Formats: sequence, C-alpha cells, structure tokens
Amino acid sequence: MSTHAQLPVGFEALETKGWIGSRRYLLLRRASQLFFLALFLTGPLFGFWIAKGTLAGSLTLDFLPLADPLVALQSIAAGHWLTATALTGALIVLAAYVLLGGRAYCAWVCPINPVTDAAHWMHRRLDLPKGWQPKRSARYWLLGTVLTASFASGTIAWEILNPVTMVHRGLVFGLSAAWLVVAAVFLFDLFVSRRGWCGHLCPVGAFYGLIGKTSILRVSAPKRAACDDCMDCYAVCPENQVISPALKGSPGTSPIILAGDCTNCGACIDVCAQDVFRFTHRFDRRLAEPPSQFAAEQSAASLMHKE
Amino acid sequence: MATPQLAQSRRRFLADTARMAGGCAVAGLGLAYVARDARALPADALRPPGALAEDDFLGACIRCGLCVRDCPFDTLKLAELGTDGPATGTPYFTARTVPCEMCDDIPCVAACPTGALDPALDDIDDARMGTAVLVDQENCLNFHGLRCDVCYRVCPAIDAAITLEASHDERSGHHAIFAPTVHAGHCTGCGLCEKSCVLPEAAIKVLPVRLARGEAADHYRRGWEEKEKNGAPLVDGLIDLPDRLPGPGTDNLAAPGGFEPAYKLPGGRR
Ligand code: SF4
Ligand code: SF4
Ligand code: SF4
Ligand code: SF4
Repeated sequence: MSTHAQLPVGFEALETKGWIGSRRYLLLRRASQLFFLALFLTGPLFGFWIAKGTLAGSLTLDFLPLADPLVALQSIAAGHWLTATALTGALIVLAAYVLLGGRAYCAWVCPINPVTDAAHWMHRRLDLPKGWQPKRSARYWLLGTVLTASFASGTIAWEILNPVTMVHRGLVFGLSAAWLVVAAVFLFDLFVSRRGWCGHLCPVGAFYGLIGKTSILRVSAPKRAACDDCMDCYAVCPENQVISPALKGSPGTSPIILAGDCTNCGACIDVCAQDVFRFTHRFDRRLAEPPSQFAAEQSAASLMHKE
Repeated sequence: MATPQLAQSRRRFLADTARMAGGCAVAGLGLAYVARDARALPADALRPPGALAEDDFLGACIRCGLCVRDCPFDTLKLAELGTDGPATGTPYFTARTVPCEMCDDIPCVAACPTGALDPALDDIDDARMGTAVLVDQENCLNFHGLRCDVCYRVCPAIDAAITLEASHDERSGHHAIFAPTVHAGHCTGCGLCEKSCVLPEAAIKVLPVRLARGEAADHYRRGWEEKEKNGAPLVDGLIDLPDRLPGPGTDNLAAPGGFEPAYKLPGGRR
C-alpha cells in the first residue's frame, strides 16, 4: 500500500481535479434524484402535471405508463395478473434498467439513497464501528423471501414495509409517516449497520442488481495501470467488492466492472486522482496498459475531459 | 476425499446458508403475518368503485395513487402508515368525510393501471363500495315520527337503494313513521346518505359489504321463489299445517284469540 493511503479519502482528487471535478457524478446524481422527484411534485405543488402517481406506478404526460417491475412481479406472485397498462409500464422500466445498469436506479433515482448516503457520511465523520454486517447475499435471500411471502399471503407483501415506495409516496402525497421511515433507515445505517440498508438488505436493490447483470452501461478501469493504490475508490464505493476484479485483474482480463451490484454511481470516477475509471459500454474492453507511453495516457485523459 | 480446508469451507458454507435460511424464514413469517394483518381495514374505510374483493385487492393494488389523483372530488385518500390501518398506501375513502359522487365516467377506475379497480365496471350504478345500514333507529329522527328524510333525498338511487317505509307510530298513536330503508341490491355505497345525516353522529352509516351484510347458505331455496319459477307448487297435495303464532299453543287463523287444544301435547304440556 502506498503512502497515499494516509491522506484523507478524496484529498488527492480534490487537489488535482478541484471541488467540482472531484464530485461531478455526485452532483449529477443529486440533480437526477431531485429531477425524478420534481417530475412528480410539479402537479401537486403547481398544478402542472408531468408524472402522476408514484415510483410504484405512474403516468407521465398522460401517455407514458411506468411501473416498478418488482412490485409487478410480487403482484403476479400473489396471483393477480396485472392489466396491460401496468405490465407495459413494468416492461418499459425493466428494459431501461437492463440498458442503463439495474442499480443505476439506486444511485440515480431512489429517494432512499440520499438518506443512506447521508448516514454513511455521518458514519465516517463520527468514525463509528461497522456494526452488524450481514453477508451481501442477504438481500438476495430477502428478495426470495419477499416473493415467497407475496405468493403465500396473496398480497404485495413488500409494499407493506418498503421504505423506497413509502418515502416516495410520502413526499408526493404529503403523508407524514414517511419521515418515520426516513429516520428509521438513517438510524439503522448510522448506528446498527454501516451501509446496512442499501448495501446488504434492500430487496429492491437486489432485484435491480439482478437485472443489471447484463446492463450495457458500465464503469471500466481502462487506466488501471496508473492506479497508485491509494484505495480511495474502495473507501467511497458503496459496493466495493465489485472493484477488484476490474482494477486488480491480471493482464488480459477485462477492466469492466461487470458485477450487478455496481450502482453506476460514478463515485470511483470522481475520487480517483489518476483518472483510472470511466463510463463505457460493457463490450469496451480497451485498456490503456503500459507500455503505452505516458503521452498516450495524457491524450486519453484530456479526451475524457472533453467528453 | 475432501482436504481439511475444503471440508471446513464446506461446513462454513452450510452453516452460513442455514443461518441465512433461518433468518429469512423468520423474516418471511413476520412479513406474511403483517401482510395478513393488513387485511383488517378500519370499519369506516371504503374502497373506491370497482375495487376487487379485499383479498384480491391487496394482491393487485400497487399503491400508485393514480386513482386518488384522478378523483375530481378529492374523495380518495392513500392510507397512512400506522394511523389508517396497516394497508399502507392503499386508496380508501370515509363516507362521513368526503363521499363518492359517483362520476358517470368513473375516472378512478379509468386511471387504475393494474385492474385493482375492475375495468369491467362501466356503469357506476353497479359499484358496490359498501352498503348503507341504518345503524341507529333510536336516534334517527324519522323513527321519532319526524320527516327529516335527508338521507333518502340525497341518495342518487332514490326510491331504489333507499325507500321510506310507512308504519303506524305506536308512541303518538295517530302518526306514521317513515323508516329510511336500504335495499342493498341497489345501494352503491357512495356514502352520500351518511355524509348528509343531520345528526352529530350519523344514524345511517355505509359499511364495507363484509360488515354490512349477511349471506344466505348456498343450498337455501325460498319456497315462494321456486314456486313462481316452477309456475306451480313443487310438491302436490301439501297438507296445510296449523300456523303457530304467539300465545299458548294457539292457531290464530283457526280461532282468532287462541284456544286450548283439544289434544294433549307430547311431553305433558297442557
Ligand atoms: S366515482 Fe368519482 S367521486 Fe367516486 S371515487 Fe371515483 S372519481 Fe371519486
Ligand atoms: S390506481 Fe389502482 S393500483 Fe393505483 S392505488 Fe388506485 S387502486 Fe391501487
Ligand atoms: S350509500 Fe346511501 S346514498 Fe349511496 S346509494 Fe347507498 S343508500 Fe344511496
Ligand atoms: S338523515 Fe339521519 S336522522 Fe335523518 S332520516 Fe336519515 S338517518 Fe335518520
């Protein structure tokens, strides 16, 4: 491990890329989260309807139906065959996330993400212990449990507890109980389990992770040769188990982060002072490996910045 | 033969799996329990027009709120976590607060993307959101002999869903009671009657059908209906037995006022 590891996380990136440059994707993500919320709020607040409904099911501009595929799946498991509108909506959303990376939902849309991000920020500030760390696979088990419970009870079981839709519904329809749910998730992540909710338990994230296994949009580490082992990307990545295969892969292996758990949040891109990572498509296996000279790397880097 | 490490990792894998499965079984049981509990809606919560039977509804409604958005009278609400019963996020209305105005084009049903509100409902008069019940005769003004009649007058299905049934007022001796009487076959459960009842607490209430109504057993047949269907009595030569009416062993039809039977009843009663 290099001496860089002693520096605070993100320090180098801040030095080399500046305040905006070192949190480009973070700012974009917050903007995107606000944007998706705003789509639903212009109606109730200003009487100008863009998207009606909630993340579970909506109608945009009076013609585009969308529905959450996991909610739809639970409904089908519960024995209700949805009518065409909701099925179409669920398929459209499914297709979008197959292209954009399933868990892009988590990083770019989900209203719980700012809550767990805030909890994690606070967690780091207070330097709290990790706490309970169930296996990452726990969420897949929970996903199976949720579908089984829907089947067994004949209800859309997860929607009784689901913080994601509950908070969104609360924000859009002005239900006050949403704040309880926000507080519960925040406190859980802060004091009980570091990155516990989104990283280990949430069955919605698990579902989108499964969809995202084949997604087209991916993060790659084409300049992994330039990595100076500062470990900052591991520190900021909410699913840091996905990085190693791409970053530390032996020569010849793909630099693409292929794991469905990757949320396409871009935090690794932001934090890396060496500009190792970038967004690309899943078939782009290009590498800027040595012995390609420093010059080539520089031009690649400047190209990336122009994009 | 497995090496010791392999055996150990296999054992760890099995232990982990068992632990995970155990945890999930507990979580799943809890979830299914809460989900079942969610069926216990508060008694004054009515589902929107066309809602499937409660059991099916909870498997169909994705809690999107589109029906709520498209209701022009702001009748529908989404249930709050905790306060409105556990079916969080599902649409309902409370008749006494805002009743359903029975829109001709049924926008709530048109908005529903899932079929939780049955798209086959094309005539709002066929909706069965609940059934009105005159729950408190002792406070209903009409039962006191007044002509309040408000619930009757506001009913969109007046004279079909609700009628005024006249009877003699025993208290005053020379007036009539016009009893508001609901006929469930025509009542949509819109709640206008409950909303309009002039009492501080309504004497007529709209309850979910499951609470408002009884149910006849499948095998029950009503003799008079069967007779009409058949065009003649089903059994020929029925013996007309004496009708038993109040009073000691009386047949009021044979001898108005009652009479002592000429025979001894079995069991020694005279
Ligand atoms: S029929 Fe009209 S008033 Fe009644 S719930 Fe539907 S939209 Fe609202
Ligand atoms: S529109 Fe249908 S699915 Fe959506 S909340 Fe209303 S009843 Fe439920
Ligand atoms: S609920 Fe009342 S007003 Fe509505 S149809 Fe039934 S009797 Fe009439
Ligand atoms: S409005 Fe109320 S008090 Fe008046 S007749 Fe109807 S139930 Fe009775």
